[in-house]
Amino acid sequence: MSNANKQTLSALVENKPGVLNRVANLLRRRNFNVDSLTVGRTHNPHISRMTIVVDTEKVSGRRIAANLFKLVNVIDVKLVSDEPYVSRDLALIKVRTDDVDSRNAVTLICDRYPARIVDIGTKVAIVEITAQEDIVEALINELSPIGILEMVRTGVVAMGRGVRILDAENYEPLVNVPTNGSGQYQVYGV
Amino acid sequence: MLLTGAEIVMECLLREGVDVIFGYPGGAILPTYDAMTKYPQIRHVLVRHEQGASHMADGYARATGRVGVAIATSGPGATNLVTGIATAMMDSSPIVCITGQVPRGAIGSDAFQECDITGITIPVTKHNYLVSDVRELAYIMREAFHIARTGRPGPVLVDIPKDIQNEKTEFIYPEGEIRLPGYRPPSMATDDQVKAALELIANAKKPVILAGHGIMMSGASQALQELAERAQIPVTLTLLGKGAMPEKHPLCVGMMGMHGAAACNFAIQEADLLIALGMRFDDRVTGNLKTYSPNSKKIHIDIDPSEINKNVRVDVGIAGDVGTVLSQLLPGLQSKTHAEWVGKIRDWQEDGDERDILNQDAGSTLLGAQVINDLWKHTGGEAITVTDVGQHQMLEAQYYPHQRPATMLTSGGLGTMGFGLPAAIGAKFGKPDEEVWAIVGDGGFQMTLCELATAKQENIKVNIAILNNAFLGMVRQWQEFFYEERYQATPMFSPDFVKLAEAYGIPAMRVTSRDQIPESVEFARQHDGPVLIEYVIEKEEIVYPMVPAGADLHNMLRRPKPGEE
Repeated sequence: MSNANKQTLSALVENKPGVLNRVANLLRRRNFNVDSLTVGRTHNPHISRMTIVVDTEKVSGRRIAANLFKLVNVIDVKLVSDEPYVSRDLALIKVRTDDVDSRNAVTLICDRYPARIVDIGTKVAIVEITAQEDIVEALINELSPIGILEMVRTGVVAMGRGVRILDAENYEPLVNVPTNGSGQYQVYGV
Repeated sequence: MLLTGAEIVMECLLREGVDVIFGYPGGAILPTYDAMTKYPQIRHVLVRHEQGASHMADGYARATGRVGVAIATSGPGATNLVTGIATAMMDSSPIVCITGQVPRGAIGSDAFQECDITGITIPVTKHNYLVSDVRELAYIMREAFHIARTGRPGPVLVDIPKDIQNEKTEFIYPEGEIRLPGYRPPSMATDDQVKAALELIANAKKPVILAGHGIMMSGASQALQELAERAQIPVTLTLLGKGAMPEKHPLCVGMMGMHGAAACNFAIQEADLLIALGMRFDDRVTGNLKTYSPNSKKIHIDIDPSEINKNVRVDVGIAGDVGTVLSQLLPGLQSKTHAEWVGKIRDWQEDGDERDILNQDAGSTLLGAQVINDLWKHTGGEAITVTDVGQHQMLEAQYYPHQRPATMLTSGGLGTMGFGLPAAIGAKFGKPDEEVWAIVGDGGFQMTLCELATAKQENIKVNIAILNNAFLGMVRQWQEFFYEERYQATPMFSPDFVKLAEAYGIPAMRVTSRDQIPESVEFARQHDGPVLIEYVIEKEEIVYPMVPAGADLHNMLRRPKPGEE
């Protein structure tokens, strides 16, 4: 696994405007050191899931989780790296391939990694890798001497192994419109 | 019922039991001000600066435990609230701030008096809302009050675009259960936690209770007293915890921390068990964390899980409502005595009394300590005192023992100068039958003295005691101790406060000697509306004891005993 000082948190958040801002603001305000933060939709269109990798040399992941939990728009938080988990980082790496040596080298290196060349021309190639963060790092180190021209990474996404499930059970997003005259909360019609 | 957004705001305030709101009108909030004319049940107090409105709402909330409400317009009106919001956030005070916003169509266009107040206040509110649909308004108002008052209380801001205030919709008050899936404040301890805590208490030889603001927020004063009495555990208080336990109670040692009683700090340092209840181990309370209470086991009960193990590592951390958790602990709590330990603390207290400036010859100068102590005496120790920030605040904490919860209101966490006068006005609105004293310094008072006009216009009975030493006293004290008496920017000119008050039509009196103090209290009581009394005190008084910032809690600078020097 990656660096011992790093911990990975998963947070289920309401898919509402400004939520990313609130989370980012909290991390900055509490002086938590963020390695990466990703956010994307889930199978429930009203819930997004964040994966936050933090450098926990100074504060424990548990404290960060407790702070995130306090945010009203954060439905649940788990310290996924506490137990076995799967994590993936995706990188697109543009490397120089303007001679035979470099083209061969890139091809050979990619064969030894869960990576593939998704675009290749006479001047450059784009390598795609989806793997654990440290494996991505290793590939980058090997490609470096050939000449990396451009790179982009998604940041880590993570999920606990086995039956541990982070889900907002029965989460019903609310649109606060009393249409039936009862004054009760109405369930949002998708 | 078809109502405008503005009317919905007022309807919701009514249903929350709001009887007074503190605010200042302006363009973007005008529809709501216009709607107020239809709701005479809710009194609106016109402040002179929006900071005053958020402090008044805060003072009202602290005095009553109910949610205080402030209202302001967009842009500068909203930004002026921010100091008061941050103050409420740091001290967990439940307030709801309502701000006008430019119409939805203009948001993001740098419109006149536009400002991203929800963005600005994210770090200093418990939660905030920018209303985007008038149909959500009633729900948001209800959630705002719920979030403000429950769990660890705090400020909530609701920003309402002007066009939403004007828009009409069918109004049905949401009576149903409030459903906030991401908002689940903890309440109880687990059985294991209860067992572990009771075991530590049963085995302790030198236990100390650290009681904070949470005791009062949770209404747990009785339970605290029962815990202390049954297990004979000395109680120390945080600044905001003053009143959690009657300070004249034999087991109450006093306030801890930077300017706390030496006996408290010694007891904490030597204890073998700390029981921290509704407090958060602020740096002003702990001093150097590395040497803080080195030999003790620690139990920490606080409603905010993120406070557990934040500053001090604890052995049993319980995230829960302190009253609920104490009610879980008490049935299993055995009677104990710690005569030797309590005796040792009493010796420290006696040593402290010998060093007390009130027990030493002060000559003819009037001391701040004397003023506070005599105010205590002549108000029977029963007044609600609202302080500003600085030396007078620490003197209040030391020389005005409180017997009841929520009778000492002060800005502890943020340390906001200018808090005193407006918060006292708010407190008086909340507790009209109580005697309310604003105890302020000449510095802090001048930051918000415009609220004298508010007090006069509302004819609200607040007694204002200014302790005037012609210095920013606490800063001067630091300069004396740590900057070789280079009094940079601390000597302070003030207007003639008596004449100033008279210009506002407020009766005023100047006191220069100790024998005038009883008369000054009488003078204050004679008048209906606000009264101002200026106490001209010793310029270079020092507040002892003092733990220098970052020093070990037991290494206090102390006033020498008579003849010691």
